[in-house]
Amino acid sequence: MYVAVKGGEAAIDAAHRDLAALRRGDAAVPALTVAQIREQMGLAVARVMAEGSLYDPDLAALAIKQAWGDVPEAIFLLRAYRTTLPRLATTAPIDTTRMVVRRRVSATFKDLPGGQVLGPTFDYTHRLLDFALAAEGETEPEAPPAADQPLDETLPRVADILGDEGLIEPEQPPADDGAGPVGDLTRDPVTYPADRDIRLQALARGDEGFLLSLAYSTQRGHGGNHPFAGEIRMGEVEVEIVPEELGFPVSIGDITVSECQMINQFKGSKAVPPQFTRGYGLTLGYNERKVMAMALVDRALRHRELDEEATAPAQDDEFVLSHADVVEASGFVQHLKLPHYVDFQAELDLVRRLRRAADSDETAGEPPQEDT
Amino acid sequence: MADTSDPGDPPPPGGTAVETATETEARRRWMAALARAPRAHLESAWRDLLDPAPPVTPLRPAEIGTAMVQARAGGTGARFHLGEMTVTRCSVTVPARDGTPLVGHAYVAGRDRRHADLAARFDALMQDPARRDALESALIAPLLEDQAAARRGTRQRAAASRVDFFTLMRGD
Repeated sequence: MYVAVKGGEAAIDAAHRDLAALRRGDAAVPALTVAQIREQMGLAVARVMAEGSLYDPDLAALAIKQAWGDVPEAIFLLRAYRTTLPRLATTAPIDTTRMVVRRRVSATFKDLPGGQVLGPTFDYTHRLLDFALAAEGETEPEAPPAADQPLDETLPRVADILGDEGLIEPEQPPADDGAGPVGDLTRDPVTYPADRDIRLQALARGDEGFLLSLAYSTQRGHGGNHPFAGEIRMGEVEVEIVPEELGFPVSIGDITVSECQMINQFKGSKAVPPQFTRGYGLTLGYNERKVMAMALVDRALRHRELDEEATAPAQDDEFVLSHADVVEASGFVQHLKLPHYVDFQAELDLVRRLRRAADSDETAGEPPQEDT
Repeated sequence: MADTSDPGDPPPPGGTAVETATETEARRRWMAALARAPRAHLESAWRDLLDPAPPVTPLRPAEIGTAMVQARAGGTGARFHLGEMTVTRCSVTVPARDGTPLVGHAYVAGRDRRHADLAARFDALMQDPARRDALESALIAPLLEDQAAARRGTRQRAAASRVDFFTLMRGD
């Protein structure tokens, strides 16, 4: 039974004012602007966009400011805002081979065509705190060097190099590409077993921490598949839509995405010769750790189509997909702090009755044993 | 990009199928330039390049919404939904020099209504043969040059961090 609880408005108002004051911090310290967060906390912005499932750096930066820096709360804010917007279009599939590449590395081919391009990365940094950043009057970093010869406008995929030899499973569009429906978990509830379109959509917006741990579990032997980072790339891709009133594709702008192709050993099956298989990771924004984890989990979830035995949590689509969403997980865990007074009264009453029943059994039967 | 007109279709009035395809390509090119233009750039172009600025009739006021971004599994395989992005659309009518009403459309990433409004106005004006050449040289071509230069700059900075790995030979 639920009994409505009234009152507390004044307390809630005071709590929110307390939050606002603490969120602002010491008034002697200048307030952060949304533009500062967007420009200087870019990886937090990227994560909020990826898991908020809405590409808009200004909105993500605003959400981070409002959420007092709490990334899951900011993701929640962005998701809530998204529901207020009409969906005007579905884009043509983005083409990551034509990405304006900022970073592109492969752990499988040293001399891949187009080269290993490090770009903005924490790799090879010493992970020593840089106290120069804490100093007053921080100096602006030097402009990064620019080569005379830019990267090529299209960079071939590493998977295509293996594909030319037939050593990796092909990744082709289905025959009904563009005609058949594409699953959308924001429109229809997920059913299991889930197809790969739904799995990839759920993983792309899934909680980085959860997917990282699951990916780690596959590396430690729970559904492992011996992965290599075939290719990781990050940069800007063009987005096109086909407006109904025009009937031809129109370019609306560019978005930053991160992509990871994992290449995995595969012993082969009755129908398929031994070859390499793929796991794929892609997110809105620059989220390298996330796309690598996503690619490992994507590969683990493909056990059905590859006729592999499923033994580990990372291979269980229902387990992975039902628990990957940070807004759902956070909501269900945190709802426990909401008033459960009536539920608890009922439980308390039950425990008291059980205790009385147990006590009367003991007095009726054998004498109670002394505690040791 | 594929030609969206079917070669089997009869040529639409006012031109052959080939001319329509060329016209579509031209329009795609300027719409792409306008979608990526800094808003301030379009504001000053509207103020300075048109004398006088033509009357604008809103057809569909600027509206903010989302576009669901599709991608492909493995980059080349079956489609899936990556997530949404904000997009603003706007449609206007602007008269050509000879008075013919021209309909301009804009779809612009982000939530800048004014940007979408200005982009739609210029999309209409670019369809006016009497204005196109002047706007092409004063607005569209410089925008495309700036955008190409920005992409080239990004690719040059990226190329500066290209590694030449070498494997140490083991003496046996």
